[in-house]
Formats: sequence, structure tokens, C-alpha cells
Amino acid sequence: MSETIEAGPMRAADGTPLKKSLARALRRQKLRALALIAPLLIFILVTFIAPIADMLFRSVENQIVSDTLPRTVVALKDWDAASDEAPGEPVFAALAVDFQIATELKNHTKLGSRLNYEDPGISSLFRKSGRSADDIGKSFMDRFVGIDAAWKKPETWAALFGDDVWLADATAWADAKDKDAREPAFKLRDGVGDALPATAETYRTFARAVQAEGRKGLVETKPWPVLFTALSQDLTSATPEALAALTDVDTALLQQAATAVAGTEPFAYRDAFLAIDKGWGDVDAWRTIRAYSPRYTPGYFLNAIDLEKGADGISARPDDQKIYIKLFIRTMWMSMLITFSCLLLGYPVAWLLANLRSSTANLLMILVLLPFWTSLLVRTSAWKVLLQQQGVINDILVWLGLVDDGNRLIMINNQFGTITAMTHILLPFMILPLYSVMKTIPPSYLRAAKSLGATNWTAFWRVYFPQSVPGIGAGSILVFILSIGYYITPEIVGGTQGVFISNRIAYHISTSLNWGLAAALGAILLAVVLLLYYVYDKIVGIDNVKLG
Amino acid sequence: MTDARTGSDAAFVEFDHVQKSYDGENLVVKDLNLSISRGEFLTMLGPSGSGKTTCLMMLAGFETATHGDIRLGGRPINNIPPHKRGIGMVFQNYALFPHMTVAENLAFPLEVRKIGKSDRDAKVKRALDMVQMGAFGGRRPAQLSGGQQQRIALARALVFEPELVLMDEPLGALDKQLREHMQFEITRLAHNLGITTVYVTHDQTEALTMSDNIAVFDDGRIQQLAPPAKLYEEPQNSFVAQFIGENNTLLGTVREIKGEIAVVQLDDGELIDCKPVNVSKPGERTRVSIRPERVEFNKSRLQAGAHTLNAEVLEFIYMGDIFRTRLRVAGNDDFVVKTRNAPDQVRLTPGQQIEIGWLPQDCRALDA
Ligand SMILES: Nc1ncnc2c1ncn2[C@@H]1O[C@H](COP(=O)(O)OP(=O)(O)OP(=O)(O)O)[C@@H](O)[C@H]1O
Ligand SMILES: [Mg+2]
Repeated sequence: MSETIEAGPMRAADGTPLKKSLARALRRQKLRALALIAPLLIFILVTFIAPIADMLFRSVENQIVSDTLPRTVVALKDWDAASDEAPGEPVFAALAVDFQIATELKNHTKLGSRLNYEDPGISSLFRKSGRSADDIGKSFMDRFVGIDAAWKKPETWAALFGDDVWLADATAWADAKDKDAREPAFKLRDGVGDALPATAETYRTFARAVQAEGRKGLVETKPWPVLFTALSQDLTSATPEALAALTDVDTALLQQAATAVAGTEPFAYRDAFLAIDKGWGDVDAWRTIRAYSPRYTPGYFLNAIDLEKGADGISARPDDQKIYIKLFIRTMWMSMLITFSCLLLGYPVAWLLANLRSSTANLLMILVLLPFWTSLLVRTSAWKVLLQQQGVINDILVWLGLVDDGNRLIMINNQFGTITAMTHILLPFMILPLYSVMKTIPPSYLRAAKSLGATNWTAFWRVYFPQSVPGIGAGSILVFILSIGYYITPEIVGGTQGVFISNRIAYHISTSLNWGLAAALGAILLAVVLLLYYVYDKIVGIDNVKLG
Repeated sequence: MTDARTGSDAAFVEFDHVQKSYDGENLVVKDLNLSISRGEFLTMLGPSGSGKTTCLMMLAGFETATHGDIRLGGRPINNIPPHKRGIGMVFQNYALFPHMTVAENLAFPLEVRKIGKSDRDAKVKRALDMVQMGAFGGRRPAQLSGGQQQRIALARALVFEPELVLMDEPLGALDKQLREHMQFEITRLAHNLGITTVYVTHDQTEALTMSDNIAVFDDGRIQQLAPPAKLYEEPQNSFVAQFIGENNTLLGTVREIKGEIAVVQLDDGELIDCKPVNVSKPGERTRVSIRPERVEFNKSRLQAGAHTLNAEVLEFIYMGDIFRTRLRVAGNDDFVVKTRNAPDQVRLTPGQQIEIGWLPQDCRALDA
């Protein structure tokens, strides 16, 4: 309207453009609304979104291999995994450093159990080797100490790798013996990282471990044997110029050691490892390490759908190890059966609830809600009592003579048990949405249909039922999604044949501790549910779902 | 049902001593006797809770009569289920099926009667055209206005060509103008198609303008069954007189009855002449009823020797086409007189003392 009066945009009373002041007013409103729901939003973020994101991350995360064996992983790149021979000397040399560090940090068992998921047996190789891994380092240490006894002393190492300022502070701290103060944080000397890369890196790890423990200072702690291994490797490959570039340190000591190292036979890393455990010669173990060396892996997902990643690509697992696809299908199928039986049993009840006199309907409603007032475990256990072979139902059937005493029905620890108990437990979730939708369908529709000539059945099927579909949709989604993730009830009454994928997930989370696989299984479950939701939306339309 | 056409002078719908109780303690319908002839437009009019819907539901088959017979075309229908009665029905809330389009709604009664597709489509189209909604076949009921829904409900009740259509306050939810328009439409259709209609309302103007006959319900009984004019001008008892149109009442005692004239002594002692309707002997208490437009204060228009009453003007309201004057007559402060707005019409002023009177046949002595 304003356009006819003035050319510019409409203005509010104070002269600001109307659009702007409206936006400001709305923004304030939105902020206030947001503040109201902020606690819930944060709660959901922390307890729902974040765990799901974490789960999705865990299902592909695989940093443990490259974090624990960084040098080995790099060295393995040159190895042809298709060959029938274990990797050569460079890989074992790298492994010598990595593995000793891992043993010092006690990480080797963790890595062992991680790789064990992919190659059963590998964890014992790691565990056993851990006990004697520093034999390798000790033999290097003996050599160095033989060259000069100074190598045995912590101070020598601290002086070689520590920054001058830090060294002065650390020495002062050690002398003061003031145990309340912490040792100054270690700082690497400039340039030493270029000259002796492996040793510098190892020393830094050593320093971090020692300072984290905090009992003794660096200048007082005996160096790890692995440092000698690393130093020997560095000195073998270091050029004299690089060593000469190091100033302010005891270059003579280094030069002397370098000459001595150059003069001796190269150390046979491979033989040393084979001496510790024959398993290191096993090509399969190396293939596994190599296959799982990237930081992210599809391995858990492959595992979750009964595939494995071998040297020659992805292949199906052997038949006796295929369990997950079957479990997924069973979970879907049984959840559908449960949803269907809930619908079958719940529909008439909901209809009664919606159409009875209110006093009777209230009583019925209490009966429907009654299960919510008893513990889930109690209800499930009650089914055990009812369904077991010596249980109430069998007793009655035998007493009635319908079933022979010798052939009591097996109704528990199988799929029948799971379906029965879960139907009972999830029934209210079907009845309530159905009821609230049916409550909104006026009885005059049925009357109108009948007055137009429809029989009772036609009136129900053509007029009442279509209007109750939104309730069926809501109830079915609710029951299906709940049952797909249920695990307590199947665990108790399901036996081996009636368990769900969630039981397997729970097993991996709490017993086998294979969280990555559990996360992958969970992610697949989530994806399947979302997919079904999408399909449902396409077929039924999510607008057609009503909770009341 | 075609065979029933033969007995055309017999009543088409008949309620014969019908009683109905929902709870076994109170009779909602006490003693209903009613006969409706073929093609008649009968309206059930009455205050809320008087049992109108109940009667309709018994006729449609959704309630069963506790006692008595209901006959349709001479046959008792107590044991015929609703869907076999072939009675069209328009519900108060229309009850259009929300999940079907308008055309599907209309096709529904034809489908359940197994009428072939082409025949069905033709009938649906004809029914839609009949209510001038031909362009709306593809819409959902929720996409229609109240008046449009009403027409669709009407078309649906008529599309399977029932001989009897029941309507339960079908215009209750519409605004005044639309209501008046639809009143006209409904009567026109009912008339053109020659169907028998039972129409329920508690709007008396609606009843008066639409019906061939009106049954006034109260307290589970028919108080009077008569054509509109007769009902208005000759109410049989004071309930009907009060319920239909505006009405002035004066309480008194019958003094004398001579043929067509009863002399009534009002409670303040004055005597007036009335037509005895519900009174038979002197000494009876009576409620005298006079329509506001039949009161005369122009003496020249009264019969010679007629009784007159003194009145004081309390209020004068100008209403455009009419004047409405409130008087105090014989101790009654709510005595209303309506006069036409004509050039020679007297305009009274409050406080003025006047004399009023009426023709004896316009003043009815009813039950007290
Ligand atoms: N299903 C029922 N159960 C018990 N009592 C009922 C039932 N339906 C109606 N009644 C009672 O019967 C009486 C008549 O009801 P009815 O619906 O016939 O009145 P009505 O004349 O249609 O009133 P209105 O103009 O308000 O629609 C009322 O007192 C009502 O309370
Ligand atoms: Mg009613």
C-alpha cells in the first residue's frame, strides 16, 4: 500500500525499515523460545546426538595400528602383500623400535586384541613377544656401553637430546629434590631431530612417559633399551655432516659410537623376532597388520555384513562365521511379526477403548497401562514361568490331556518365546496411538455409512478403517522401532534362536569389547531403520502418522 | 419399495404408539403417534432434549423403539437393519467421509448397491449438478466451505434416490444468509424430486418457511401437528403458542362461555372476550394468548361493544419496517404490540395512557 504513497520501503514508527524491525522483533522472539528449550537441546545433544556421532566414528576409526606401529606401517608400504614371504629386514627394523616402545607403554596388548578381531590368534603373538621384546634393545645397549660407559647414564642422554635451558632447569630441579614441584617439561634440542630422527622421537616418547609418571626426573631415569636400537639405526644411516652439524653436544661420543656401529655386523632384526616368536614369520599376520594400517577402515562394517578384507580384496567369510546378516534378517522379520501381532491384538482393544462408556473405558485403560507399572524384568520372567516346559501353560495342557506329558511344548528359548513376550510388552505402544486416533473418529461416520446402505463390515472397512490408518502407522512405527532395538527380553526368553542383533551388539560392547564392530552393527541398524522410515514415508506418507 | 407405491393414500411413514427409553427409567419419547404421507415435508420442531433426534434415529434404525411400531410403506421396520431401510440421511455435522473425495462420497451409496461404474458416474454427476457443485467432485470435504459441505451431504443423501430423507438440523452450523438460501434449496429439491422429508430443527422460522406440516415436540410428545399457518394462528395449547412466534399472555379465570366467546376475568379484575380453545367450563384457570400484531389501539377498528383494556406505554422501539411498543397491561410489563410503519401510523410515547383491544377470535383462551 505504501508504494502508492512513497517510493521507499515501508517504515516503522521510528523510521527503521519495517522489514528490519519485524525481523528484529521475530529474532528476539526466537531467541527467547530457544532459551526456553536450551536445557533440553543441550541434554539431547549430549545424551543423544553426541553418542550417535561417536558411535558412527568408532565404527570406522582404526588409528590404533598406525599410532602404535607408525614406522612399521610406513615400512610395510613397500611390502607386496600378495607374496608368500614375510616382509624383509627394514620392516623388522621398524617393528623393533615400534614394538619396544609399545611394550614400554603397554600398548601392545591393546593392539593385539584389536587385530585379533580380524585374525584370531594374533593377540597371543603380541602378548608373548611383549615379554621379551626388550632383549633386542638390551643387546644394543650392551654394545653401546661397551663403546663408552657414559651411554649407560641418564645424564648423557638428557644432555644429548634436551634443550640447554631445559637441561639446566631439570638439573637444578633434580638437585633441589623438591618433590612437590614437577620437573620442567621436556624440550627437544634444536637440530637433533634432523640428525637423529628416530632416536629423538623415541626419546621424546620416553620423556613424556617418564614425566607423566612423575616419580623420577629424566636425568635420573635409566634410558629405555629401545633408545639404543633407535640410536643404532640412526647412526647407521646418518651422514657425518649431519652429526657434525650438531653443536653444543658431546659430538666426540657420537662420532665414536658411529664409527663403532659402522664397524660391526648389521643386526639381524628378522632373526631376532623369529627367535622371540615363530609367529612373526607368518605372512597372514603381516597381511592383517598391513590391511588394517590405514587410520580409517571399512573393516568393522565388512565384518558386520559377514565379509572380510583379505590380501586379495573383499571376500565373503566362511559359512561357519556368517552370523550377522542372518541376525539382521531375523531381527527385521521377527520385529515385523511382533508389530503385526500387536496390531492384531491391539486394534480391537483400542476400538473398545474408544467406543465404550467412559467408566468402562477407564477401567480398560488401566488394564492396558498396568504393564507399565510393573518392571520389565518381572514381566519377562513371568513369561518364563508361564511358557517353560514345566510351566503353567504346559501343565494345563497336559492336565487337559491336549498334550502328552512326554511331549510338552517348547515355547521358550526360541522365537515363539521372544515373539510372545515382546508382543505383550509392546502392546500398549500400539494401543495408545490407535486409541487416540480412534477417539477422534465420530461415530456418525459409521452411522452415515450404514444409512447409505453399507453393511457393518463395509462401513467398517471402507469408512472407519481408512480413518484409523494414521494410528496404525504411528503404532506400527513405534512398536517396530522399539522391538528392533530390544535386547533384554530376547536375552531372557529368546534362547539362541530368538535373539536379536541388539543382543549381539550388547555382547560386543560388554563382553568381547569389540566396540568398533558393535558401533558398525549399531550404525547399520540405524541406517536400516532410517531406510524403512523413508520407505514408509514414500508408501504411507509420514503426514499420515498421528499420535492423536 | 416400489410395491408400496400402490397404497398411495395410506400413510407412508407411521409411528404407532411409539415409546423410547434409554435407561429404563425415563421415557424420552412417551407416546408418539404420527403419520406422514408420501411427498410430505414434515418438520419436527421442539426445544433441546425433547426427543426429536431420538425419533429420527428410531426411524433410521440406529435406535430401537422400546414399545410400539414404526411402519414404512405399511411394513413394520423394527427388525430391518439400517442399511436395508433405504432411507437417506443428512447428519448435523454432515458426516462426509474425510478420506474420500466429494465424488467418492457420492459414489459410496451406489457402490454398496453394486451399481455399475458408468451408471454410477452419471448419477454422481447428476446429483452434483443438482446442488450446483458440479465442479467440486475432485475435492476433499475439508477443502469445502460449510455451505458447500452441506450441499454435498444433501446430494449424498439423495443420490441413491431414496423415497424418504431424514435431516437432523442440517443447517445448524451455517450463517443466517446461507441458511436462508439453503432452506430454499432444500424445499425446492424435496419438492421437485417428490421425496418424503422428515426435517429436524429447533429454529421456528425455518420450520414455518419450509414445511408442509410441523410437529411440535415437547416432553416426549407431539404437542401439535399442523400446517405452519394453522400452527401460528391457532396454537392448540400454551406451549405451542409460546414456542411459535412472539406471544403475549395474560392469566385469568373463565367466567362464562357462550358459544364462540368466552368471557375471562383477568387477575386484576378486568373482563375480556376470548375464543375458548382449551377451556370448557366457568371457573377454570386460563392463559390468554394474543399475538403482538393483532393488538389494536385504534378504537375505530374494534367491534362495537368489545371489551377494552387500559395500558401504559413503557417503551417505543423503532425497528424500521415495524414499531415495537412495550406496554403495561393488567399488571403485565411485557405486553408487546407490533405495528406496521405506515404514514398514518401513530407513534406512541412512553408514559402515555392508552386503551387497547382486539377481535375476540384473535385472543385464545388456552390451558393455564
Ligand atoms: N444415547 C443416549 N443415551 C441416553 N440418553 C440419551 C441418549 N441420546 C439422547 N438421550 C436423552 O434423550 C433425550 C432426548 O434426546 P434427543 O437427542 O432426542 O433430543 P433432541 O430433541 O434431538 O435435542 P436437540 O435439539 O438438542 O438435538 C435427552 O434428554 C437426552 O439426554
Ligand atoms: Mg438432536
